[in-house]
Amino acid sequence: MAINAIDAAFQRLREEGRTALIPFLTIGDPDLDTSVDIIKTLEEAGADMVELGVPYSDPLADGPVIQRASERALSNGRVTLADVVHVAENARQAGVKLPFILFSYYNPILQYGLDRFFELVTAKGISGLIIPDLPIEEDVELRAMAEAVDIHLIPLVAPTSNDRVKRIASKARGFVYCVSSLGVTGVRSDFHAGIDEFLSTVRGATSTPIAVGFGISSREQVERFGKQADGVIVGSAIVRKIEEVVQLLQAAETKRQGLDQIRAFVQELRG
Amino acid sequence: MNQVPDQNGRFGKFGGRYVPETLMNALLELEEAYQHYSKDPDFIAEVRYLLNKYSGRPTSLYHAQRLSEHLGGAQIYLKREDLNHTGAHKINNTIGQGVLAKRMGKTKIIAETGAGQHGVASATVAALLGMECKVFMGEEDTKRQELNVFRMKLLGAEVVPVTSGTRTLKDACNETLRYWVSHVDDTYYILGSVTGPHPYPMMVRDFQRIIGDESREQILKDAGRLPDYVVAAVGGGSNAIGMFYPFIGDDGVKLLGVEAAGRGVHTEEHAATMTKGRHGVFQGSLSYVLQDEHGQVQPAHSISAGLDYPGIGPEHAYLKDSGRADYVPITDAEALEGLQLLSRTEGIIPALESAHAIAQVMKLAPTLSRDQIIVVSLSGRGDKDVQAIMGYLGGEGNHGH
Repeated sequence: MAINAIDAAFQRLREEGRTALIPFLTIGDPDLDTSVDIIKTLEEAGADMVELGVPYSDPLADGPVIQRASERALSNGRVTLADVVHVAENARQAGVKLPFILFSYYNPILQYGLDRFFELVTAKGISGLIIPDLPIEEDVELRAMAEAVDIHLIPLVAPTSNDRVKRIASKARGFVYCVSSLGVTGVRSDFHAGIDEFLSTVRGATSTPIAVGFGISSREQVERFGKQADGVIVGSAIVRKIEEVVQLLQAAETKRQGLDQIRAFVQELRG
Repeated sequence: MNQVPDQNGRFGKFGGRYVPETLMNALLELEEAYQHYSKDPDFIAEVRYLLNKYSGRPTSLYHAQRLSEHLGGAQIYLKREDLNHTGAHKINNTIGQGVLAKRMGKTKIIAETGAGQHGVASATVAALLGMECKVFMGEEDTKRQELNVFRMKLLGAEVVPVTSGTRTLKDACNETLRYWVSHVDDTYYILGSVTGPHPYPMMVRDFQRIIGDESREQILKDAGRLPDYVVAAVGGGSNAIGMFYPFIGDDGVKLLGVEAAGRGVHTEEHAATMTKGRHGVFQGSLSYVLQDEHGQVQPAHSISAGLDYPGIGPEHAYLKDSGRADYVPITDAEALEGLQLLSRTEGIIPALESAHAIAQVMKLAPTLSRDQIIVVSLSGRGDKDVQAIMGYLGGEGNHGH
């Protein structure tokens, strides 16, 4: 079996001495075709992998910015799990090489059916899965199914995970998603007081790469966490940028302009 | 069948803890504290003292003779949870969790509320125990239940209007969990029903089972035997599970949960989670959920804000799928009929939630004989709903009878 694209990317980045920049976007915000364009733009701007968010009616782990993106995607087009995978395929066809990580709450996957879900995502260029409401206690069945098809189930660890860190990190594939602060996703200026210690605890618990997310929105923050982690995830800040230019994106004649603003923002984060 | 949940919070396949990792530590801490204090005689004594002296327990089991006579069938007994302090069964749980919060060293309480009853009960307990209180309430509901918003403020609580999603109870729950994640150090979340992640469904059931424990003892004393039916309204399901739980081992007692059919289960405006929902994960547990084919949670509708919820506690899902309990829908219109009938025959104005149970009794009692017994949970009083009911009935009171 070929090496998982996430592993390959981290290997290459390590050789180059770089940190992965991992943007998140909600697919279908504002529509499916535009999501393909945004993914291309993210790659061009220097992203190293991308999280494809499945919009959900009750995004418990997310703050207002990503909540609104979900609402837009659901009210504009009732975007489904299958639609998101379809966007991944289309992006591949359009030449995008980035590893894709599917981000979904558990219920849409459960309703699709676990067997059917893995049929759906296998061989569609999806290399990883993040399911924010599926802690290790509940993920046994799904983890085994993911491993069987070499899709990485990427777990979250929090500054409060304490003695759970070891257990979670030991099972992690792809990378360990370290939550920078207690709360929901969203732009913030202060991180958890014990963040540095937390990151070194996770680092010490596993040889799998670690990435930091939740609240990262500026070049300074990307740089700061880039020193301690192998990857930095930027979610709400990208989604907020998309929200800012949403009207430009929705009209054919201004779409390019909207994409350029997203590109400029990601290039700025990239440095 | 009484050995649920297991150590993972599972009622059969239902329940569990489907929450972000950021919440896991708080839930584990809570579970540990609850396991400890629920066996601590001092804790048990304090909760019992407040239930008795502060809330006025035990509540009576009242033989509704005029209602029984009117319906011409089974003898109907009302478990008068409406006589509790703050007017509903919700206080049983908030006293229990409030005392637990205090013992855990927390200084702040947060709660979600739909109709405002759980919010009022939480604000009440916070005042009683000298704790700060924030209640999250859907913006829609703050408009529908202005009086309860004012009541909470009077009790010293802050009411936070929730503007995300459907702006009702489901989103108030989401927002309370989100807030809790970033304030777990000093804040205790009093969840109001037998829903959410483990240990809440178990803990809230344990605090509410006093309804069924008392009822069982009272009916044995008053009627000399167990009832044929136990009936209770179900939204999230806390009064129903409290009522059902002590009867689960009594094979001859049929358990009947009554859910809100809104404008009818054939319409899209209902809250009939058991009748129309499917298994799914929602707000931390696996249970029945009103959802579309893609797993998006659908908005619920009921005349009763307390039943207006697209989920239901996992233990109810377990009771349904194992065949131990049945769940039936009652429409808004039927509930209004039930409310008026009880008001007229017994001089008791029930909450709209409880009126659903009464409406089911109107259907059930005439099919039974006079020596059969129905115990029904009158979970709350109707004072909070009078204004809304006036709107629905055009101020005519008992029209049509």
